Amino acid sequence: MKRILETVLLAVYVAVMIVASVWLGRQAYSWMPVPATSEAQQIDELFSFLVTLGTFIFLGVMGMLGYAIITCQAPPDDYSEGHPARGSLKIEALWTITPILLVLWISGYSFKIYQRMDIAGPTDILGHKHLSSMQGGEPNYTATTPSKSNARSAPIIEVTAKQWAWAFRYPDKNVTSTELHLPVNQHIRLVLRSQDVLHGFYVPEFRIKQDIIPGRIINFEFTPIRVGKYLLKDSHFSGTYFALMHANVYVDSQENYDRWLAVAATQPPAPAPNLAAAEHAESPKRVFSSNWYTVLPAAPPIVNHSS
Amino acid sequence: MTNNSIQNIDSPIDPEGSQGELEEWWRYFTFNKDHKVIGIQYLVTAFIFFLIAGFMAMVIRGELITPESDLVDRPLYNGLFTMHATLMIFLWIVPSLVGLANFLVPLMIGAKDMAFPFLNALSFWMVPPAGILLLSSFLLPAGTAQAGWWSYPPLSTQNPSGYLLNGQLFWCLSVVFLGISSIMAAVNFVTTIIRLRAPGMIFFRMPIFIWSVFSAQLLQLIFLPSLTGGVLLLLCDLSLGTNFFQPDRGGDPMLYQHMFWFYSHPTVYVWALPAFGIFSEIIPAFSRNPLFGYRSVAMATLALAFVSSIVWVHHLFASGTPEWMRILFMFTSELAAVPTGIKVFAWTATVWRGKLHMTTPMLFALGGVVMFLFGGITGVMLGAMPFDLHVNNTYFIVGHFHYIVYNTITLAMFGGLYFWFPKITGRMYNEGWGKIHFWLTFIGANLTFFPMIPLGLQGMVRRVASYEPQYQFWNVVASLGAFLLGVSILPFIANVVISWLQGTKAPNNPWFATGLEWKISSPPPKENFDEIPTVTAPPYSYGKPKTWASSPTTEG
Ligand SMILES: [Cu+2]
Repeated sequence: MKRILETVLLAVYVAVMIVASVWLGRQAYSWMPVPATSEAQQIDELFSFLVTLGTFIFLGVMGMLGYAIITCQAPPDDYSEGHPARGSLKIEALWTITPILLVLWISGYSFKIYQRMDIAGPTDILGHKHLSSMQGGEPNYTATTPSKSNARSAPIIEVTAKQWAWAFRYPDKNVTSTELHLPVNQHIRLVLRSQDVLHGFYVPEFRIKQDIIPGRIINFEFTPIRVGKYLLKDSHFSGTYFALMHANVYVDSQENYDRWLAVAATQPPAPAPNLAAAEHAESPKRVFSSNWYTVLPAAPPIVNHSS
Repeated sequence: MTNNSIQNIDSPIDPEGSQGELEEWWRYFTFNKDHKVIGIQYLVTAFIFFLIAGFMAMVIRGELITPESDLVDRPLYNGLFTMHATLMIFLWIVPSLVGLANFLVPLMIGAKDMAFPFLNALSFWMVPPAGILLLSSFLLPAGTAQAGWWSYPPLSTQNPSGYLLNGQLFWCLSVVFLGISSIMAAVNFVTTIIRLRAPGMIFFRMPIFIWSVFSAQLLQLIFLPSLTGGVLLLLCDLSLGTNFFQPDRGGDPMLYQHMFWFYSHPTVYVWALPAFGIFSEIIPAFSRNPLFGYRSVAMATLALAFVSSIVWVHHLFASGTPEWMRILFMFTSELAAVPTGIKVFAWTATVWRGKLHMTTPMLFALGGVVMFLFGGITGVMLGAMPFDLHVNNTYFIVGHFHYIVYNTITLAMFGGLYFWFPKITGRMYNEGWGKIHFWLTFIGANLTFFPMIPLGLQGMVRRVASYEPQYQFWNVVASLGAFLLGVSILPFIANVVISWLQGTKAPNNPWFATGLEWKISSPPPKENFDEIPTVTAPPYSYGKPKTWASSPTTEG
C-alpha cells in the first residue's frame, strides 16, 4: 500500500516538475530587458533552455531531500541506526553518466547558439569574415566583406573609452559624438580602444559584452533589430567614477540615422559635458567622506555631437 | 612512523578537560605548537576578520539602498568592496578552514600532531600581522586599495596619490604574506595526511573531510605560487617602476589576468572542498546511514580538484580571450558539474530512508546543500559562455558566488563549528539558540543574495556605487537581508561564548558518530591518543547497530 502511494506521489511530482520547469523556462524571457539585437534573441533562447533544465534538476533534488526530511525524522532520543547500504554501483553509474550527458547537451547547445551569433571579439575561428589584421596594427578598412549576406554593408564605428567617458567616431563621415547612433537591422562593426585602463562595452538590451584592453584594438560586432534608446555602461571596473561612465545609445531607422549623421557633420567640434567631471568639480554631500586621492577625470572628449 | 613532534607544554594534563583549558587562556596568545591550540587561534582570528568584513558589507549595502551615491564617497566605496572581498577570502574563508582542519586532521587520521608543528605555528602567526597591515591602510592619506580584489593592472598601478606608502602596496604585501603562510600550511597538511595516518588507515578508509582537505591543500601547493608571483610582479610595477603589465610600455595586462585566475579559480575549490567535506561528515551522522557511495564521493573530490585546474579562462570569457579559448574552456568548465553532481546526489541518497535528527549542525548542512544546489545551477548557467557574455561582471555573478561562499561555505563552517563544538571545547552548545541562528542565517542569506540574480539579469553592473532607479526594489530587499544577516551572527556569538564558559560538559561522542576524533575525550588530551589506534574498517559505519566504537559516556 505504501509503495503504491509512493509511486503515485512520485508520478504526480514528476508531472509538477515538468510543468513548472517548462513554465519557468517561458517566464525566463521576461526576466531580462527587451532583446534589441539578433544576438540577444539567441542568448534569451539559451537562457530559457538553461532555466528549464535547471528548474527540473533543482526541483528533483529538492523533492527527494524534502520528502526525506518530512518523512524520515527519528524521535530525538532514538539514535538507532538507519540502513547499512553503502552505495549501489548501478545508481552511482547512473548519476555519473546523466550529468555527463547533461553538460554535453548544455555545452553543445551553447556552442550552437554561439555559432549563430556574430560578434567577432578578439579573434575568430568560426569562419565569419571580419576586418582583417585587427590585432595590434591599425584596422584595414578596405579589406572587409559583410559577414551576413542579408545585411547591408556595415558601417564601422570607432569607440574610445577613457576614465570616465565614451567617444564614438564615424570615420566615413568624419563625425564624432558622445552618443552612439546605430542604424537598425544592419550588422554593426565597432572598433574598441581604451586610452588608460580596462573598460567594458555593455548594453544590457544587446546582451553581449566585450572588455576593452588598453594597447589592443578589439573588433566587436552585432546586429541591432529594435529601434529605441538604450544605455551603454562601462562593465569593467575602471576606478572612482566607474558608475558614471554611461553613454546613450540610439538604434535609429535608416532615415533617422542618415539625417543624424548629416546634421552632426555640420556641427563644430566642442567639449562634451561629462558626468564624472561634473561630480568631481562639485561633489555631492555624503554622510562619510574619506577624501582619498582619486585619478582625475580625463579631459572631456571634443565632439561634433553630444547629448 | 613515530611522532617526534610533540612539544611538551609544562602544565598538567587535565582529564576533565575544559576547566584546565580555560585556565590556560594565555596559551592562545603564544607561539604554541599544539595543533589544537593553533586550530582555535586560526578560527578565532578568522572570525574577527569575518566580523570586520561583514560590517563593511553592511556599509556597502547601506550605500546601495538608494540609487544615488550618498552614504560614502566613491573612493571609500571602492575601498570598502575591495577590502570586504580581500578580508573575506584571504582572512576568513581560507584561515577558518585551515583552522578547523588544523584541529581535526590529526584527530581524524589518528596522529599526535601535524607533521611540522613549528611551521604550523609560524603559518598562523603570519596571519594576524598580514591582516592588521591590510586594515591599517584605512589610515593612509592615500586610502586603501580600491581596484577590487582582482587588482587588475593598469588600474591597480595608477596610484593617484603619488605616495610610496599607498593602499595598493599594503594590499600586495598582505596578499604575498598570506600566500606564503598558506603555502607553508599546505606543505604541512599534505605531508601530515600522507605520512602520519594511523596504521590501517589506507586512503579508502579516510573520512571525506580528510580527502577534501588533502585535495584542497594540494591545489594550494600547486596553484598559489601563481597568484603570489603575479602579485609580486604587480608590486614591482606599482613601486619599482617595472612594466610587466603596463600596456603603454610593452607589458601585457592580460598576463596578470591569467596568472590571477590560474590560481583564483582553483582556490574556489580550496574553500568549497572542505565545506563539502564537512557536509559529508555531518549528514551521515544525523541520518544514521553510511555516506552513500563513499568511494565515488572520494574520487569525485580528487576529480573536482583536477577539473578545477583547467577552467580558469571562464572568468575571462568577455575579456581579451580568443574564440577557441572561449569554446574550449566552456566545455571544461561545464565538466565541473559532474563531480559536484555526484556529491549532491550522494548526500541526498544518504538522507533517503535514514533516521534523521534535525540538530543545528544538520540544519546548517542541509541548508547549505540546498543553497549549493542553487549556486551550482547558476554556475552551470555561467559556464554556458554566450549567456556569460550577458551577465559577466553583473550582479548575477555576485549573487552566484555569494550562494557559494556564504550560503554554502560559510554555512558549512557554522555547521562544522556546531558539530565539533563539543569536541573542541568540551562543552555542549545551546540547541535552541543554534536553531534560531540557523533560521535567521538561512532567511537573511536568501534575502540578501537572491535579489542579485534578477538584478544581474536586468543588467546591473557590479562594483557601482550608484545605479539607475529601476534597480532600486531588489537592492532594498538585498540591503534589508544584509542587515538581518548581520543580526543573525549575534545569537551565534552569544551561544559560543556562554556555552564555552558554562555549557553542560560534553561526552566523548555526543552524536554517536563514527570517526577517530569521537573516541577520545572532549576536549582531546594533550597528545590526542594515549595509544595510536588501528583502523580496520572504512568510515561512516552507521546503519549497523553498535559498530561505532566507544559508547558515549554521559558524565556531567
Ligand atoms: Cu571559476
